[in-house]
Amino acid sequence: MSTPEEKAQLPTPRDIHGEPVGETVEVRHGMFGAAGSGDTSGYGKLVRTVAFPGPAARPYGGPRGTADGEGEFDLVADELSGALAEAGIEFDQAIEKVVVDRGEITFHVRRESLPRVALTLRNDPALRFELCTGVSGTHYPQEAGRELHAVYHLRSITHNRALRLEVSAPDADPHVPSLVSVYPALDWHERETYDFFGLIFDGHPALTRILMPDDWPGHPQRKDYPLGGVPVEYKGAQIPPPDQRRSYN
Amino acid sequence: MSDQTTTPPSAAYARETTEGRVYTVTGSDWDEVVQAAADAEERIVVNMGPQHPSTHGVLRLILEIDGESVTEARCGIGYLHTGIEKNLEFRTWTQGVTFVTRMDYLMPLHNETAYCLAVEKLLGITDQVPERAQVIRVLLMELNRISSHMVCLATGGMEIGALTVMTFGFRDRELILDVFEMITGLRMNHAYIRPGGLAQDLPPGAVDKIRELVDILPGRVREYELLLNDNAIFKGRTQGIGYLDLAGCMALGLTGPVLRSTGLPHDLRKTQPYCGYETYEFDVATADSCDSWGRYLIRIEEMKQSLRIVEQCLDRLAPGPVMVADKKIAWPAQLALGTDGLGNSPAHIKNIMGTSMESLIHHFKLVTEGFRVPPGQVYSAIESPRGELGVHAVSDGGTRPYRVHFRDPSFNNLQAMAAMCEGGQVADVIVAVAGIDPVMGGVDR
Repeated sequence: MSTPEEKAQLPTPRDIHGEPVGETVEVRHGMFGAAGSGDTSGYGKLVRTVAFPGPAARPYGGPRGTADGEGEFDLVADELSGALAEAGIEFDQAIEKVVVDRGEITFHVRRESLPRVALTLRNDPALRFELCTGVSGTHYPQEAGRELHAVYHLRSITHNRALRLEVSAPDADPHVPSLVSVYPALDWHERETYDFFGLIFDGHPALTRILMPDDWPGHPQRKDYPLGGVPVEYKGAQIPPPDQRRSYN
Repeated sequence: MSDQTTTPPSAAYARETTEGRVYTVTGSDWDEVVQAAADAEERIVVNMGPQHPSTHGVLRLILEIDGESVTEARCGIGYLHTGIEKNLEFRTWTQGVTFVTRMDYLMPLHNETAYCLAVEKLLGITDQVPERAQVIRVLLMELNRISSHMVCLATGGMEIGALTVMTFGFRDRELILDVFEMITGLRMNHAYIRPGGLAQDLPPGAVDKIRELVDILPGRVREYELLLNDNAIFKGRTQGIGYLDLAGCMALGLTGPVLRSTGLPHDLRKTQPYCGYETYEFDVATADSCDSWGRYLIRIEEMKQSLRIVEQCLDRLAPGPVMVADKKIAWPAQLALGTDGLGNSPAHIKNIMGTSMESLIHHFKLVTEGFRVPPGQVYSAIESPRGELGVHAVSDGGTRPYRVHFRDPSFNNLQAMAAMCEGGQVADVIVAVAGIDPVMGGVDR
């Protein structure tokens, strides 16, 4: 964990060609998770920045691309922008950023705009993302104000495309609008994400736990929830539980 | 048991609640419950499972019934939740394979492949995975598809009383598991497919054994058809049962045989090919009846198509490496079968322990620490026997997954149980669930 000031002082992470990559979300020091001991190895001085892929610039590219670098991702972004404009929504107000990474496009949607964007993606004839293959939660405790993420994967069978929607919510206010009315398939998936991350999907018909017992305390997939476990003895040696073994950050 | 003296064993246990009198039935007191229900407006809620032989695993069906009709149906799941996704966050990327293979235990090789494709996409080495590894992956996945469909038919048949189908299905599945055992060392839970390729190459004699199997299986599949295709009872039990049309499937996110039974030929092997599926010749089986009967026909046809793919795999199996060339990712071991099971080959042990200090360091670093995966997230999806198996993997640049989420087709498809069963008869619930073919290991993970 590092303070914003520390982050600001650090150089932008760059790839092997010197091109800036991504957004620094965390800076880690040292190695092997050891701290406070007399370090003579030099490993304790290691500084490593964790940078996720940052916002993409046009052209986005994508499958079936043309010579000038445009591809299906540009097409989807244009159509979405147009369809949202028809509904009276500014693209930039609904979408925080667009990330293109490893051949996949992610639209980071502001949470209040999520149902509108999803409905547009489902209904617009040029988009037709009729299949939603679920929501997956992710917990980034180091991202202050946007700790909890919900990630939706949509698939268009009509146009044979796929995209990802990502929405974030702060830990202090873990609310995201439910998409069950748009994609009924998300019923169980949203319950699962609630169960494991504590994300509350407003408007879900019956947001209850689904895999954990109803009276379970806490939300197990959050990063602040311990894995648990007991040390075991193997050939005379004590083996600590997995979450207490040496880790390589 | 201690209050038997005060309560006759045949009486339904009644208690007053805020919603009125509730009877809890435990058996042999049916007449009294029906009598009591006839006297007043009362709802009968039947708990089927989680320990019931015909609910396809530890699935709890909560049915509200009116006579023989189901008026409302709900699923209770979670009895097999093992926290695999949480556990993955505390192991290396390679160790993850050993966990994910245990999710949907009837399609272990699909779980492994989906996970490994996600890791390879994160690493950016998808194109570097050797051809031979991809062919063997496809070969094993298609054999796994056949064995999974056999269990589906076997258990589905058993649940409606077709016991011969059950014995045939499990008998023939064992032939495929024998091949898996020969190749991977285990009948199930193989951990054979690894990020970057495979754990090891095919052992000597494996190809001959698969060819032998490919000769036997068409006849066995024919036996199912002879048993069931014109079987009046089987048709009567499955035709028109578990009906769900295309709009319903789309809304509820169903994929796999259930979606294809509505006539939509959606198969990720064709639409979003992976592992080189675009180079194989096969047809996507569909039906237009939207019911359990159509799903049965699709599974039979898919077994035949899978055999076609297996034969093509055998023909194009050329010698070569089965792991990426990058030594920073490729697992350093050369496994060999010893007297005490599968382990490091004596030659490799001799090399790292006696000859090369650098090899020992490399082995130690890669095995204990693992490889680092650049930060980012990917979604990789494959067509499993039950539909779209998707893996959402997030890396923070470390040696362990930051988050891995499995979009298991069974979990999603089981949501359709209510839509398929409400308004039908209790006995048809079993057929509808068997047609979905949920595997609780995958549902609960």
